[in-house]
Amino acid sequence: MSSKLRDLIKTVRSCKTAAEERSQIAKESALIRTAMKEEDLESRQRNVAKLLYIHMLGYPTQFGQMECLKLIVSPSYADKRIGYLGLMLLLDEKQEVLLLATNCIRGDIMNSNQFIVGVSLCAFGNICSTAMARDISPEIEKVISHSNPYIRKKAALCAIRVLRKVPDLTENYIPKIKALLSERNHAVILTALTLIIEICEMDSTQIIHFKKMVPQLVRILKSLTSSGYLPEHDIGGVTDPFLQVKILRLLRILGQNDPEASDAMNDILAQVSTNTDSTKNVGNAILYECVQTIMTIESENGLKVMAINILGRFLLNRDNNIRYVALNTLSRVVNTDIQAVQRHRNTIVECLKDPDVSIRCRALDLIYSLVTESNIRVLVRELLNFLLIADAQFKSELVAKLCIVTEKYAPNKRWQIDTILRVMSIAGNFIPDEVPSNLIQLISSTPELSSYAVQKLYLALKQDITQQPLTQVGLWCIGEYGDLLVADKSQLPKDEDGLSLNVSEQAVIDIIDLIFRHATTTQATRQYSLTSLAKLSSRFSQSSLQRIKTMIDNYKQNINLELQQRACEYSTLFDFDKKASILDRMPPIEKQEESPHIGNKNIPTQTPPQQHYQQQQQQPQQQSSQFGSILDGLDSPTQSSANSGNNNNNNNKQGGNAMSLLEDIFGSAPTPTSNGNMNNNNNMNNMNNNMNNNYAMGGMGMNNNNNNSMGGMMNNNNNNNNNNNNNNNNNKSQASALLDIMGDLQLTPTPQQPQSQSQQALSPTNQTSVLQPVPQPLTFLVYQKHGLNISYECSKPQPNNLSLTNINMVITNTGSSPITNFSLQAAVPKYLKIQLLAPSSTVIPPNNSGEVTQVSKVLNSQQGQKPILLRLKLDFQINGQPFSDVPDTPLPSLF
Amino acid sequence: MIHFILIQNRQGKTRLSKWYTPYEDVEKRKLSHEIHKIVNSRETKFTNFVEFRTHRIVYRRYAGLFFSVCVDPTDNELFCLEAIHLFVEVLDAYFGNVCELDLVFNFYKVYAIIDEVFLAGELMEPSKHVILQRMEFLDNLP
Repeated sequence: MSSKLRDLIKTVRSCKTAAEERSQIAKESALIRTAMKEEDLESRQRNVAKLLYIHMLGYPTQFGQMECLKLIVSPSYADKRIGYLGLMLLLDEKQEVLLLATNCIRGDIMNSNQFIVGVSLCAFGNICSTAMARDISPEIEKVISHSNPYIRKKAALCAIRVLRKVPDLTENYIPKIKALLSERNHAVILTALTLIIEICEMDSTQIIHFKKMVPQLVRILKSLTSSGYLPEHDIGGVTDPFLQVKILRLLRILGQNDPEASDAMNDILAQVSTNTDSTKNVGNAILYECVQTIMTIESENGLKVMAINILGRFLLNRDNNIRYVALNTLSRVVNTDIQAVQRHRNTIVECLKDPDVSIRCRALDLIYSLVTESNIRVLVRELLNFLLIADAQFKSELVAKLCIVTEKYAPNKRWQIDTILRVMSIAGNFIPDEVPSNLIQLISSTPELSSYAVQKLYLALKQDITQQPLTQVGLWCIGEYGDLLVADKSQLPKDEDGLSLNVSEQAVIDIIDLIFRHATTTQATRQYSLTSLAKLSSRFSQSSLQRIKTMIDNYKQNINLELQQRACEYSTLFDFDKKASILDRMPPIEKQEESPHIGNKNIPTQTPPQQHYQQQQQQPQQQSSQFGSILDGLDSPTQSSANSGNNNNNNNKQGGNAMSLLEDIFGSAPTPTSNGNMNNNNNMNNMNNNMNNNYAMGGMGMNNNNNNSMGGMMNNNNNNNNNNNNNNNNNKSQASALLDIMGDLQLTPTPQQPQSQSQQALSPTNQTSVLQPVPQPLTFLVYQKHGLNISYECSKPQPNNLSLTNINMVITNTGSSPITNFSLQAAVPKYLKIQLLAPSSTVIPPNNSGEVTQVSKVLNSQQGQKPILLRLKLDFQINGQPFSDVPDTPLPSLF
Repeated sequence: MIHFILIQNRQGKTRLSKWYTPYEDVEKRKLSHEIHKIVNSRETKFTNFVEFRTHRIVYRRYAGLFFSVCVDPTDNELFCLEAIHLFVEVLDAYFGNVCELDLVFNFYKVYAIIDEVFLAGELMEPSKHVILQRMEFLDNLP
């Protein structure tokens, strides 16, 4: 015979170590198991109780589940009581064992002993599963009209559980609920109200069934508020606040969008909100609910004013709980009555300073929605103050929201620049990725403020160079507007010291030097610094040039490839006469639209120096008609040569001399696939233009990985390209000097490109067959959704090399509205290499009236063993609504 | 709706837990641990409400014990607070100046009281009198 439960608890509590406790529990569990095996009826109850204790301590007790089931089938109430308790603790609805209890629970619910009905209903209400709910619902429907209120209230709540599991059964309960409301027993009314609320919240079409109850509810509420002291239901001087709250909540649901029902409630709501004692929590719970009801239903304006005033009182309450619910309610009503909420703006702002994080959280939420053009200066100042002291958990959200409201409501650009700068200097490391580039864009597109901005940034950098985004923007601006910084001192602080701060070229270079050497500076920032220096070389006087050169030279041996490469490029550039216009000021950056290329999104802010070049390249493109001929002559269908062409444009501006030089170079280094690719020439040139745009817009993200391979590839091409060898020989001598520079300045194509190209370059014999027309490409429809159809026209361009597949993706639109901003990206498993060119357009005309094509080449390294499998990433807009999808598009195996 | 009720002491030992939403055992332990960490670190004059994942914790400290309930964010927080208080008052009246040890040694009775106050995650009986009468009656049954 085992010991008593009490003794077990005492023993366990007296254990000094966890190990001792474990061994005690193990011993006890073993005893219990033995007793169970021996079917020891006497101690079964006690053993289950002990098991429950063991379970609470967190030890395994699965072996006791059957024992609970045995207890609940026992006829004795005492057995059932502990059995059901065990059932509720040891099992939940997910366990299959529970199904075994279904019949027993059903029997117990219909038992004549009210206590047995009580415990079984209780277990059912707490743990029943969907299957069980369906099975036992008829019994619940019966006992919900039981003569005993004790059972009715339990049945009403069990009904909630049933309906949560099986909503279709709602109809069965609605007729029964009405009777419950005419009860005198408060618990029954309370549970019936809970049930109605649950039904209405689950399915708003059911509300109609309860509309007729409004007068009845009003009557109950009135009797509660006007009744005197009822000891049985009194809580803190208020008669049954729980019931009052529930009634108010139901009235809110019934009165919403229903002027007639709302009208019936007006009086009682006014009565509740004036008569309820607001000194205690109970009273405030009622007022809180009442205010929410008033604000939600179609109540009279006077009542609404009263409700808002109550919230105002709440806001000034010393009790934090009350202020919390006030803020909570205000954020719910802010959409219906923003003026009323604005009145409490100052108090809400005060709440930001509260030490309690819950309150700050609520207040913050509310403040964002209060910002308008008229108050943005005040509110943003407060938010900035809060940002200074905010915990890390708030900062990123706060910063993001600050940037959004600033962009949305900024009264002028200068203020916007100031604010973003301030945000960056306070919490630079928390800002979202796109903010620095947006700021650069803003500064560059507002020439009248560039001098102002660069001086501000210079001052900010003098104070703090540890915030990377700020430093990066600062470096970009100093590089870009360094001359303005030195020339114009209007914004530098005179009034503080009475002296105008003198910014010398040396001081500017000093600060860049400091950034270079600072321990917290990231590599990306160092890249900005290098580019900034390079630009300054053309803005600053000769005397500074030497120092800039020395600094850049220091990086020629840097361990970081990117830095090393940039340093080499720039120092070579210094020897080159025509550098000036390469380093010219950039044209204003257009606000970026969603770019279809991957690189843009992934690393949008890392390398604007490169963006700078891209932009410079883009600029002369406007005059590129002149260069069509060059491009044609150069015959450059791939991206790398597209870039080359682009660079031609860029340099051409400087005069014929450089142009002819470059022409020679690029004539000497076209890519292998271009051989004799005349047929497609026009088409390809279009594509090149597209690509140039894409790259200039935002392709810079990709550069880090590829510069090196690109440089290598150019050389590679140079050597391997049989057909152009003659050309090569002629120009090699001139080309070699510049090849390195240009190879690196041209920022690179997609990552896949170099690989697939060099692959082709290594098998020159096949090159002629690239152009052999493929008579009948196979076509597969791979995607069909939202009217967007994509089919692949697959062909094997090289009969003796089946691993190469050309896939011409044909995209059409069967929908009635055009698809815009279309972008298609593709990913492949490791054994495939893919080269994906840009789509012929980003707009697909509706009703199948036109098609967009996108060419890709896939090289299957395991041809014949594994199929070609493309995962596409599609982004597009229909009527301005964005869609995106990531379908897998396998080709028939072993194609 | 109440998703679960926890009674924990300041050291983080869970004295009682009642789950109205099914969670895995591991998840239950994790929730108890996280909630204890949150409520234990809050000062007394702070609000009794904490946003927790997508839900809200309403808690109240009585001597060394935290009574925490996890509710939907749409629920009336003050109502929940008052419900906790009702439950504690019932415990206090039933055990006569209740202390932590009462809950340890009579955990099954505490569960019985919880089941008289709450059911299916909703408040069932708003009257302290009725609950106490009922408990007394049940205890005297054979």
